[in-house]
Amino acid sequence: MSGPAPGDPVLSTSGVTMIFGGLTALSDVNFRVERGSITALIGPNGAGKTTFFNCLTGIYRPSRGIMTFSPEPGRSIQLRKLAPDRITRLGVARTFQNIRLFNNLTVLENVLVGCHSRMKAGLLGALLRDRGTRDEERAMAEFSYRLLERYGLAASANHVAKNLPYGAQRRLEIVRALATRPALLLLDEPAAGLNIAETRELDELIRFVREREGLSILLIEHDMSLVMSVSDSVYVLDYGVLIASGPPAEIRRDPKVVKAYLGED
Amino acid sequence: MAQDTQENLPVPPPPAAGAVPVSAFRRLLGELRAAALSAVWFSVLALPLVVFRINSASGRIDYLWGRLPRLAAAAFLATLTWRFLLRRVGFSRVRRAVVEAGGPPPEGARGPEGSWLTLLDRAPAKRAILAAGALLLLSIPFWATPYVVTVMITALIYITLGLGLNIVVGVAGLLNLGYAAFFAVGAYTFALLHANLGLGFWACLPLGALAATLLGLLLGIPILRLSGDYLAIVTLGFAEIVRLVLVNVGFTNGPRGIRNIPPPSLLGIDLNGSVKPLLVPRGLLHADMDLNKVFIYFVILAIVALTVACVFRLENSRLGRAWLALREDEVACQAMGINRTRAKLTAFALGSTWAGLAGVVFASQITFINPQSFTFLTSVMVLSIVVLGGMGSIPGVMIGAVVLILLPEYLREFSDYRMLIFGLIMVVMMVFRPQGIIPSTRRVYIYRPEDHAGAPAGDALPPEGARP
Repeated sequence: MSGPAPGDPVLSTSGVTMIFGGLTALSDVNFRVERGSITALIGPNGAGKTTFFNCLTGIYRPSRGIMTFSPEPGRSIQLRKLAPDRITRLGVARTFQNIRLFNNLTVLENVLVGCHSRMKAGLLGALLRDRGTRDEERAMAEFSYRLLERYGLAASANHVAKNLPYGAQRRLEIVRALATRPALLLLDEPAAGLNIAETRELDELIRFVREREGLSILLIEHDMSLVMSVSDSVYVLDYGVLIASGPPAEIRRDPKVVKAYLGED
Repeated sequence: MAQDTQENLPVPPPPAAGAVPVSAFRRLLGELRAAALSAVWFSVLALPLVVFRINSASGRIDYLWGRLPRLAAAAFLATLTWRFLLRRVGFSRVRRAVVEAGGPPPEGARGPEGSWLTLLDRAPAKRAILAAGALLLLSIPFWATPYVVTVMITALIYITLGLGLNIVVGVAGLLNLGYAAFFAVGAYTFALLHANLGLGFWACLPLGALAATLLGLLLGIPILRLSGDYLAIVTLGFAEIVRLVLVNVGFTNGPRGIRNIPPPSLLGIDLNGSVKPLLVPRGLLHADMDLNKVFIYFVILAIVALTVACVFRLENSRLGRAWLALREDEVACQAMGINRTRAKLTAFALGSTWAGLAGVVFASQITFINPQSFTFLTSVMVLSIVVLGGMGSIPGVMIGAVVLILLPEYLREFSDYRMLIFGLIMVVMMVFRPQGIIPSTRRVYIYRPEDHAGAPAGDALPPEGARP
C-alpha cells in the first residue's frame, strides 16, 4: 500500500478473509491503524464494515488472515483465535451500530460493568465484602463517576439507561467502552441517528477522547463530513474488498470511491 | 376560526364540543359488542359442560337449557369489567409515560412503577418495617398453632427456593424450568446419607448444598451455548431425568421414598422432653407444638436471613453486575470483558446451592420424601414466586413466596374452587402488574464531592445539550 512509511501501528491486519457459506464478506483485507490516530473505515451498506469489526472483536472468527494488536509499543498480540471478552481485556473496546446499553441498569452501573475486567473481587469477595472488596468497589464507583463527569453525563448517573435521550445513550456507550481502559477504541457508526448539531458535538467528542484518554480510534461512519473532518486516514471497503486508502483529502477525489458511493456516471 | 387572524402561530383547533359524547357512545357500543361476543363464545364453549348432562339412570341426555342465560349474563358482565379494568390500566400507563418523557426521571432511578411501595425507600420507615417483620417472624412459634408453624416453615423453604432461583432467572436472565431437580438433590442427599451412613442434619446441610451446586455445574456445562427458550426446554428435560432416576434407581427406594428422616439436633438436647415442659405452663407455647418443628422453623429462618444477605451482596457486586449485564445483552456483556461462560456457570451453580439447602430442610421437616415431592409443578411454583413477586427483587420474591404458599391455605374454605381462585389471582396479577408485587429497583450511588477533595476540575466536556 502506498502512504507514509510504516510507523508504529496499534493494529495491523493482513489477508483477513471472512466467508459465510458461499458469501465472501471480507476478502484479503490489509489494514492498519497508526498509534494515536483516528482512522475511518467507510463504504456503502453491506460492504463488510461491521463484519470487519466483528472479526476484530472476536464475535466472528475470520476464515483466514492475521490480526495483530499492539497495546503498547514493542508488544504485539494475535487476536485471531481469542474470545471477545479476552480481546476486550487486552485493550480493544467497541461500541455498537444499534446501541446496546444495559437498558435496565443505571448509567453509573453501565460504566461499572465496563470496569469489570479491571476489578478482582470474586465470589468470596462479594459474599464477605471484605475491606479489599469495599475499597475496590468505592474506587471503581468513583472512577466511573469521574468518567461520567468528564463526558457530561454525571447528572444522570443514577437514571436508568433506557430513559436517557438518544444522543446521551450514544455518548454513554462510548464512556462505557472507555471504562475498560482500551488502547484502541472501535466506534461503529457513532453518528447514526444524530442530528447535525449532535454530529458536530460528536466530532468534538471523538477528538477529545483521543487527546484525553491517549488512545487510537477506528471508526465506521457514513457521515462523510464527520469522516473528512475527524480522521487522519481513511480506508474504503466495497463488497468486502479494500478499494482505497489514504488521507481524507485524497480519498475524496479518488474516482474509485466516488464510483462505489455514487455509481457510474 | 376568529382566533387565527389574531395569532401568528397556527393553533390546533380545540375539539368540537359535540365530538366527545359521540365517541364515548361509540366506544360504549364497541365494548358492549365485544362483551356480547365473548358471552356467546363462552356459552358455546361451556355448552357440553353446562347444558348437556348424561342421565345415567335413564341412559338419556338431559338438556339443561335454563342454565345458559345465567352463564351468558355472567360472562357478559365479567368481560365488561375486565375490559374496563384493562382500559384503565392502559390509561395510567400512558399517563406515566407522559410524566417520564416530560420531566427528568425521578431521583433514585426507580422504574415507572414507584407506587405506594416507595414508602419502603425512606430509610427510617424501611428500618421500622424490617424490625417489625423480624420481630413478628421470631415470635410466631410462641403464640401460633402448630399448623401455622408448619405452613410458615413451608413458606420459608419456598422463600429460600425463590431467592435462589431469582439469581438464575431474575438476575442472570437464564430461564430454568427444572429447579425442583436441585431441590430434590438436596433432600435426597440428606435422606440417603442419613439412611446409609447415619449422618445428621448439620453434616448434611453443607453436603446437600454442595451436591446441588455440583449438579448445577454439571448441567451448566452442556447448556452454556443455549439461551432463552432452548435453555428452558433443556432444564425442563433435565429435571424430568432427575425425577425418573429417583423413581427407578434401586438405592433411592423408588416411588416408595425414604422414611424416618430426623429433625436437626440441638446439641443432643431432647427438646420435646426437657424444654417443652418449661414453656407450655407459662403460656409460651401451644400444648400440641412439636419443639423439633419450632427448631426447624428457626433454622430455616436463619437460612433465609443468610440467603437474603448473600443475595443482596451478590447483586451489588462485580459478579452480580456481570449477571445483570448477561441478562440485559449477551454481546455487549462480552464486549465489556466479561467471560460469558463463567458468568452463566456461576449463576447456575450458585442458584442451585440454595435449592440444595432448602431440600435438606424440607426433608427434615416432612421426615418422608419420595419423587412425587419434586415434580414439574414444584419448579413452576418456584418460578411463579419469582415472577409474581418481582423478578430480581429480594423483598418481591419474599412476598411472592408468602402469598403463593399461604393463599392456598387460606383458600381451603373454598375447597373445590381453591385452585381456580388461585389461578385467577395469578392471571389478574400478570395482566395488571406484570412487573411483580414489588418490582426490583436499582441501587443509587450518592456522590459527595467533599469526600474527594482535590479532584481535578475543568478537564471535562460540558453536559449533554448544554451547548448551543
